[in-house]
Amino acid sequence: MISTLGGFVLFFALCVTLYAVAASVAGARAGREDWLASSRNAVLAHFCLVTLAIFLLEYALITSDFSLRYVVNTSTRGSLTRYKIAGLWGSLEGSILLWEWLQALMATLVVARYSDRHRLLMPYVQAILQGISAFFLLLMTFGANPFTRVFPIPLDGRGLNPLLEVTDMLVHPLLLYLGYVGFSVPFAFAMAALITGRPSEEWLTITRRWTVVAWLFLTGGIFYGGWWSYRTLGWGGYWAWDPVENASFMPWLTGTAFIHSVMIQERKRMLKVWNLILITLTFSLVIFGTFLTRSGILGSVHAFADGPVGIMFLAFLALILLFSFSLVAYRSDRLKGHGELDSIVSRESAFLLNNLVLVGICFTVFLGTIFPLLAEAIRGTKISVGTPYFNRVSVPLGMALLLLMGIGPLIAWGRASLNNLKRNFLWPSLAAVAGAGILYVLGVRQTEVLLAFLLCLFVLGTVVFEFTVATRTRAKTTGEGMLGAFTTLLLKGRRRYGGLIVHLGVVVAIIGIAVSSVYKVEHEQTLKQGESLSVGPYSLRFDGLAAGERPTHILVWANLMASKNGKPLHELTPGQRFYPNQQTPFGSVDARYHWNEDLYVILSAFERDGSSATIKAMINPMISWIWIGGGVILLGVIVAVLPERHLAMLSLRARAQAA
Amino acid sequence: MKGRRLKYLVAGGIVVAALLGMIYSGVKESAVYFYTPSELTQKKESVEGKSLRVGGMVVDGSLKWDPQALLLTFQLTDGQGVVFVRHKGTAPDLFKEGAGAVVEGTWTRDGYFRSSNIMAKHSEEYKPPAHPETLESKKELFKSILKEGKP
Repeated sequence: MISTLGGFVLFFALCVTLYAVAASVAGARAGREDWLASSRNAVLAHFCLVTLAIFLLEYALITSDFSLRYVVNTSTRGSLTRYKIAGLWGSLEGSILLWEWLQALMATLVVARYSDRHRLLMPYVQAILQGISAFFLLLMTFGANPFTRVFPIPLDGRGLNPLLEVTDMLVHPLLLYLGYVGFSVPFAFAMAALITGRPSEEWLTITRRWTVVAWLFLTGGIFYGGWWSYRTLGWGGYWAWDPVENASFMPWLTGTAFIHSVMIQERKRMLKVWNLILITLTFSLVIFGTFLTRSGILGSVHAFADGPVGIMFLAFLALILLFSFSLVAYRSDRLKGHGELDSIVSRESAFLLNNLVLVGICFTVFLGTIFPLLAEAIRGTKISVGTPYFNRVSVPLGMALLLLMGIGPLIAWGRASLNNLKRNFLWPSLAAVAGAGILYVLGVRQTEVLLAFLLCLFVLGTVVFEFTVATRTRAKTTGEGMLGAFTTLLLKGRRRYGGLIVHLGVVVAIIGIAVSSVYKVEHEQTLKQGESLSVGPYSLRFDGLAAGERPTHILVWANLMASKNGKPLHELTPGQRFYPNQQTPFGSVDARYHWNEDLYVILSAFERDGSSATIKAMINPMISWIWIGGGVILLGVIVAVLPERHLAMLSLRARAQAA
Repeated sequence: MKGRRLKYLVAGGIVVAALLGMIYSGVKESAVYFYTPSELTQKKESVEGKSLRVGGMVVDGSLKWDPQALLLTFQLTDGQGVVFVRHKGTAPDLFKEGAGAVVEGTWTRDGYFRSSNIMAKHSEEYKPPAHPETLESKKELFKSILKEGKP
């Protein structure tokens, strides 16, 4: 019943979407306002239909309707309701449906917000967005239908991988999808601008906020994924250069480049073609990443199933690239830049270099990810490159990026004079050198860490310098107090100062990454009851094993008494979870999280009678800084994109409280 | 104008060349060859000391764990060749006899593969279990240490 209805709803939505594409293009060409109105209604109808499809699938999931194969694959009768709901994005078909729903939601929001204002662009924006939706609906109708029946109907489902039955599953994928889908909006505007022959700065200005918000969701998704991995996967790390991670990182890199290069086009009317290429690349990499991870082509642990889905993704990718590059070529006469680089010592060229480095990192990650495919195709041998390759290439490039992050925001446009350089960079450079010198004296000897600190301190120095100078100047000219001047500064230059706060967050995160990866300490030992192991200043005493029944599994845990320098701290209880019908257990990490150092404990093996247990203990210094940095980035983006009136209200309230 | 453009092209060229150089040396230094157990048993000497990946099934009954030495030993097979593997440390989740695994490490002179990293392969193919388990049957395994309450 649900199967037939669901399949029909999706097919109907596909028809409506195709109609919307046709009606908006035809309406725009013929200048028929009624056709355009009808296409807008079709966008809305399409959204309603996909919403209905989501409801149907969720209903089947929540009521454990095992006549649908998808429900069998992603839930069991015993699953908690929230994980039954999360089953929607637990496997291929459902996640495509969710993606398509978010895509439909974006299209509806865009239509509601912009159709009055940008009458020339909007029909084509709509057509592009609906075209993307049509692809996903096509995919579901012919390749990955979430409403496929299963026969005979099993008594119980197979359920999600227990690793996914955690609260994080409710957050991380949604953030990523919002980021992915969000980038389709600037892409659609870019294409519409090309089609209508107005490829100037208009599309950039309209989509500026969308892009930054999409970037925020993608960044949040990546950070959250690392945090999730660190807390629950039990290998003590947060990033493994796994193809699935790389798939989200690549569009992030080009998206970041885009956010920066847009500023040069706005200011100097340069890089028009480059910006179009960047947004096309970003959107294509989103699709490519999905292809990589969903086609099973790389045989990663995460990859889902084989089938026609991979080929359809690849065809869609080819279509996007062909379509957008032909459009750029077709409009090349209108894409001549106005400006020229005046000097290599200028903000433009710092931004340009930043773009080059970001795209360079993206290229190396891309190459490393598909390297096994290339090697097998060209030389017939199976070769892969692992973490060492990625670290080797991305660490120096990351350092270069850090340096540019300090220089870019402060160096003068056009041509920086020696005076400008001295005024802006003398103090930050001195502070950075002094700071790194102090660290050296304190015993930090690793080159990477010293260099990372040097550059991070330099960026920090420039940001602090910029904030103090600007606040002081403002306070002097307007007579406001320092705090008032600082607030108005944030309000007046939200984009600039929000961006600087984001840079601060990046610096904090990079310090965390550098220190935690270089100074990590690890120790594994088998302990009999009463014995202790020591790692760094900590010691862990094994006080025996216990087991307990949980709603979905049996938890076995070790009681470990942790102490630091002989002073008892508290008990840590790392464990293993045993699920019915799963032959191997799943780790359950315990840790003492602290702002400067985590003590991270894993129960790797044990004797069933409780007499002994193998414990792996790690000290991860400053790893929390990565998550704190993520929080600072979030704050910065909020400052940068919040509408003026909200911020004005906040500042009024703050002043009222202060008074 | 022309001279300036040339200058930028040269600067850009240097950056791109540096990037390509880094990629090349990165690949060269960290390329890991992948062999099946039967391929490895044929090559043996020629790959001694090089870092490799070997993928196969963990042979039933071959898995041994020495908790005091933290030493995991098992055999990997592809149906034709068999490779003896010694791994210092514990196995990851999803690693078990009869399941696929990829190990990373080196072939040693002493006739075994010294693994530094085990990657368990997760089979997504759903097979209903021959004897469906319940929570109760899992509980039975840990009778001796079972207790009420939370950790």
